[in-house]
Amino acid sequence: MNVLLDNLGEFGSRFLGTVELFVLSAVASLVLGTVLAAMRVSPVPAMRVAATGYVTLLRNTPLTLVFFFFAFGFPLLEIADLSFFTLAVVSLSLYTAAFVCETVRAGITTVPPGQAEAARALGLGFGQSLTLIVLPQAIRAVVPPLTSVQIALLKNTTVAAGFSVVEAGGIYQVLSERGYSTLVGLLWVALGFVVLITPLTLLQRSLERRWSASSGGAVKAGAR
Amino acid sequence: MAPMVRLAGVNKHFGDLHVLREIDLEIARGEVVVVLGPSGSGKSTLCRAINRLEPIDGGTVEIDGTELPAEGRDLAALRSDVGMVFQQFNLFAHKTILENVTLAPTKVRKVSKGEAENRARTLLDRVGIADQASKYPAQLSGGQQQRVAIARALAMDPKVMLFDEPTSALDPEMVGEVVDVMSDLARDGMTMVVVTHEMGFARRAAHRVVFMADGEIVEDSTPDAFFARPSSERARDFLGKILTH
Ligand SMILES: Nc1ncnc2c1ncn2[C@@H]1O[C@H](COP(=O)(O)OP(=O)(O)O)[C@@H](O)[C@H]1O
Ligand SMILES: [Mg+2]
Repeated sequence: MNVLLDNLGEFGSRFLGTVELFVLSAVASLVLGTVLAAMRVSPVPAMRVAATGYVTLLRNTPLTLVFFFFAFGFPLLEIADLSFFTLAVVSLSLYTAAFVCETVRAGITTVPPGQAEAARALGLGFGQSLTLIVLPQAIRAVVPPLTSVQIALLKNTTVAAGFSVVEAGGIYQVLSERGYSTLVGLLWVALGFVVLITPLTLLQRSLERRWSASSGGAVKAGAR
Repeated sequence: MAPMVRLAGVNKHFGDLHVLREIDLEIARGEVVVVLGPSGSGKSTLCRAINRLEPIDGGTVEIDGTELPAEGRDLAALRSDVGMVFQQFNLFAHKTILENVTLAPTKVRKVSKGEAENRARTLLDRVGIADQASKYPAQLSGGQQQRVAIARALAMDPKVMLFDEPTSALDPEMVGEVVDVMSDLARDGMTMVVVTHEMGFARRAAHRVVFMADGEIVEDSTPDAFFARPSSERARDFLGKILTH
């Protein structure tokens, strides 16, 4: 009895669901997290307070509670009728954005203040100096921890299974209904995640290599 | 004609420390002013007050007859008329040398990329770095980086150039190449404010020497007069220490 081959369709569609959840939430969380980090260093106090409040709230709330809110609380507000899949993407994105924000903010502190100062002296405004000078360097500095945050997101997609979203973490239910060994099935799921995480790790390595030359990590000042 | 730079009644505190005290300073078009003074006397703060990189507590700053506002878009635009060169170069670490020089013209002045690159290559040639355009700052020596920083500031066609100890972070053998570039600029008629310990530059290139102590302008005279007959005790003391080194 081959758990994987007999249920290949099920595995396939569920891992596809995982990938979809992940890609959408990864993009959204990176964008939102970066915007939040920009708000946290902005000269406008209201923006800093709002972003700090957001991060404190989302970072300290268990992901399952965030899901509960969006799966059961949000529909009661009757703002929009969204699918469980969409609500899962929203939950994962908002939750992960808090971690992206903190990571990017840590990156911002590694950029020497002289960089932003030189940008301002040339006539760039706050937004330009942030997006053209500070953030690119900040993000380069935190590629490894940012990758870890995204790997955590990939694994967190399994929480969506508890909310009727078709993804890999929920496969054991189907397998047990069909009379297969759930343990063996879950081992295949674990292997599947390893396979999904590998490209992220490779991407991290290649970005680190590409950027170490330009940021001066490889070639020290003074070389001619 | 209005002076190129005019500071009137400028004050600045860092907490209890009164770093700039009622500074009045006028600099004419094409004038080269060297600012001297002991460490902590407020030279850097004065420099940074001129383009309002440092917020001031009171007084006005005018560039070419236009008062700089305290903040906002207008300040950014006016600030781009004032070039600044820092002790630590502050080249954008993630940009190539060419990109460092073209960034502000394309993003602030909206000059086309091709035009900005042509101009950048001319300027890099002028400071002797033309063959390094595609390298990153960390691949250049300190002296080369500082010359790029000068080219980067010149790319905005500034009305005034501010130099805050541009050679202090350099190895001694690289000081000359940067001072040469600055001397050329001075000869070409650029209005310059230069904080430096290079007395040779002060004697040869400066029209005026401003001596600061404890946040005040204590002396303001020609280099010849300042070096031959400093009128204040503090300036004599300062020169005694500097020149015996
Ligand atoms: N950001 C700052 N915060 C607090 N004190 C400062 C700051 N920058 C400069 N100072 C103080 O202001 C005084 C003048 O500094 P500065 O203008 O850098 O002097 P100089 O360039 O002549 O050495 C010094 O006593 C210095 O310690
Ligand atoms: Mg200084």
